Amino acid sequence: MVRLLLTVVAAVTLLSGCQTTPKASYDYTAFRAAAPASILVMPPINHTPEVMAPYGMMAQIVRPIAEAGYYVFPVAVVNQTFIANGMTVAEDAQAISYQKLHEIFGADAGLYITVRDYGTSYAVLASDTIVSAEAILVDLQTGQLLWQGAASASSGESRGANSNGLLGMLVEAALTQIIETVTDRGFDVAGITASRLLSTKARNGLLPGPRSDKAKQTEP
Amino acid sequence: MIRVGLAVIALIGLAGCQSSAKPMYYYGGYQTAVYHYFKNDETTIDEQINALEIIIEKAANSGLRVAPGVHAHLGMLYFEQGDGVNGAMHFATEKQLFPESSGYIDFLLANQRDVQ
Repeated sequence: MVRLLLTVVAAVTLLSGCQTTPKASYDYTAFRAAAPASILVMPPINHTPEVMAPYGMMAQIVRPIAEAGYYVFPVAVVNQTFIANGMTVAEDAQAISYQKLHEIFGADAGLYITVRDYGTSYAVLASDTIVSAEAILVDLQTGQLLWQGAASASSGESRGANSNGLLGMLVEAALTQIIETVTDRGFDVAGITASRLLSTKARNGLLPGPRSDKAKQTEP
Repeated sequence: MIRVGLAVIALIGLAGCQSSAKPMYYYGGYQTAVYHYFKNDETTIDEQINALEIIIEKAANSGLRVAPGVHAHLGMLYFEQGDGVNGAMHFATEKQLFPESSGYIDFLLANQRDVQ
């Protein structure tokens, strides 16, 4: 019985983990028309108690954007520019007019992220690190909304397949609690969240940018 | 029977997620270097510079282009250490590899001159 249950759980986990076919597809009309080439990642707004959340997210967000075929502005350098100009709070930076951002950075689009969850929740049976974020992409020449999305990832997704009964689960919970607090597990999980949010392979992710091969192939 | 089922599921899982496409860029530990810079502890700026120089070297050997932002980030670290020559050089490289960064790099260089 337990085995059967685990099999079903494993199957569901695996299937949901590699979703490739889009269900409800996003309306990309504005995105396609604007055709941005470069993306400025704004300092993310943090709705979690973890102070490192926006920084872990910023560091991990670079790869899926670059791999999608866009130029992504250097996140740490950009963050320093905001701080040097008195914008030490993400809410203030995100409130800067799009015209001003376009003037300073010369970026086509701005990515405005809000981090909803970031960290480890301690429970008796499992201590999972969860990172959830939502984002909007705004055309910095017109202020128009080009895209929006949300994604979540949990360290618990990759665990649990080997546990045997309640005792095994309790031992595992004790072990993972140690592991997940000692290492910056949030940073690792943020990488998966970032990829699910923006990857061109993700459901309702970014459209392929001008630097990607895919964009060249689909060019009319 | 269940074991066979598990094996099949495992295979489907592996095959289903396989991404055959080669990455566009070489990142190495760029994300980690950025994270350490934000954390502002554990590693010194010199260690971070060293890590990024290694990433650039490995990118050259890997046949992949270095990820956008690596040279700009390294340039910033050199400027922070007072090494304007290397700082400006890496800013220029970022601009050359990614012309999309031109406006911003020029803005940064103009501001650096104001500081000096």
